[in-house]
Amino acid sequence: MTRTTRGRGLALSWGLAIALAAVLLPFYWLVVAATHSSGEIFDSPPPLTPGGHLAANLRSLQDTAQFGRVVLNSLAIAAIYTLCAGTVCTLAGYAFAKYRFKGRDALFGLLMLGLVVPGQVTLVPLFKLMADLQWLNTYQAVILPNLALPFGIFLMRQSMGAVPDELLDSGRIDGCGELRLFVRVVLPPMRPALAALGIFLFLFQWNDFVWPLIVLRDSASLTVPVALASLKGVTDTDYGAILTGTAVAAIPMAIVFLTLQRHFVSGLLAGAVKE
Amino acid sequence: MSTGRRLAPYAFVLPALALFAAFKLYPIAWSFVLSLYRTVDGADTFVGADNYARLLDDPLFWTALKNTAVILVIQVPVMLALATGLAVALNSRLLRGRTLFRLGFFLPMVTGLVAYGVVFSVLLNEKYGLVNWLLHFAGVDAVPWLTDPLWAKLSLALALTWHYTGYNAVILLARLQTVPRELYDAAAVDGAGALGSFRHVTLPGLRPALLLTTVLSTIGTLQIFDEPFILTHGGPDNATLTIGVYLYQNAFSYFDFGYASAIAYALAVLIGILGLVQFKVLGDPS
Repeated sequence: MTRTTRGRGLALSWGLAIALAAVLLPFYWLVVAATHSSGEIFDSPPPLTPGGHLAANLRSLQDTAQFGRVVLNSLAIAAIYTLCAGTVCTLAGYAFAKYRFKGRDALFGLLMLGLVVPGQVTLVPLFKLMADLQWLNTYQAVILPNLALPFGIFLMRQSMGAVPDELLDSGRIDGCGELRLFVRVVLPPMRPALAALGIFLFLFQWNDFVWPLIVLRDSASLTVPVALASLKGVTDTDYGAILTGTAVAAIPMAIVFLTLQRHFVSGLLAGAVKE
Repeated sequence: MSTGRRLAPYAFVLPALALFAAFKLYPIAWSFVLSLYRTVDGADTFVGADNYARLLDDPLFWTALKNTAVILVIQVPVMLALATGLAVALNSRLLRGRTLFRLGFFLPMVTGLVAYGVVFSVLLNEKYGLVNWLLHFAGVDAVPWLTDPLWAKLSLALALTWHYTGYNAVILLARLQTVPRELYDAAAVDGAGALGSFRHVTLPGLRPALLLTTVLSTIGTLQIFDEPFILTHGGPDNATLTIGVYLYQNAFSYFDFGYASAIAYALAVLIGILGLVQFKVLGDPS
């Protein structure tokens, strides 16, 4: 009995390990391809181990796409976005979870409408709005439209539900104002949930493609995904350089995710499953 | 109650509401107004419902609709079946290293659409791609992954499945962990095998999470844009022209903002209807 159970456990582990290897193959291959020239990537047989072309690929990226500038754009936009959207979503989520006020449910329902209406509906009017404001090619054009992210507000309302009312009441008895209460009493124990929201927002903005593609036209203002896509359109596409850029874009994400994943997955699930 | 406490919630939700009104509600309304105009050479003419009538007679719109539907019908069920199997496996008491597996399968989710689109387009290259090279060893002829109309759709479904299966599995797994072990024990006492307990305990327990993942995946796939834009450019021969890509072309290649807005509204209605149907069919009967 125990022997067959152990056998089944082993079979399960090996089966999943093989499936995982297949899922992770593109990541390994990306590292391999990023270190080869375009010609080598399309050799037959294709390269299976890292090569020595990484520096040349990086130089080519810098020459053709101002890649250093592009990475800085992406970092700055994602960082500013995470900070601002994090503040907006956390404040709103906290109010929806811990206060009773007139119109609360209606207002929350209105914001959640944003989860259902496809993003494509607002694409054209937002573009016209940004053009009218002469904000094309600016950071604010990329950042502002998604600051009040419905999913972020939803996530924070779910997490803030865990803050005990007694904690708030005792803070108020001590004469704490509402904003100070939020900053001093509510936020510190919410750090894991804030980390989850932060990673989510950063990844969302770092990877966002359609909207930056539309409002960023000037090559010095592009973000990483848009720059990579524009390189792919060229007739004599340098795949070695593109894949190096892709790796540069993916590796920091993987590191951020792997170091903070404990908060991330559990935080997202708290939002997704509670109701 | 102090004035501060009464006013605080309004102050806290104000930034979110103001931004939402300016960058979501206002554009939603404006989009509908735009859909009643035709834009030619930058000048708008009021045409009433003409754009919507044009949609019905536009063979490309129907092609886009059909392509999106084919990808949806293949991809969502296959992905959710895989995700369910993965969740059950990850939930097994027999499995070692669950955290590591969960992490590994989740990793594709954090990869940007453009990044994996570029990687897949090279991996799936018909002549020089790694995938066909591996298949060649297994004695399989080169597959025209991105150049044949049907295979191109399957490749998009494959890419989407690679990207989102782990994410859905993690949602399903969290739900599965709330199903009491006693139910499985009781099913075993009643003589249910592995298949029986899956049908009578696991699936009913997963129902709310399955509804959530089905609705979210359907909404996502109906809007699919990045993958066809990067992987296939809508080709070959419009075989992967999706509603999202067609909308983009009309808006930002032909600058027909009115027609693009009509497509967007048609898509929104479609998503609304499908979402409602799924809630009716999969939702709690009560």
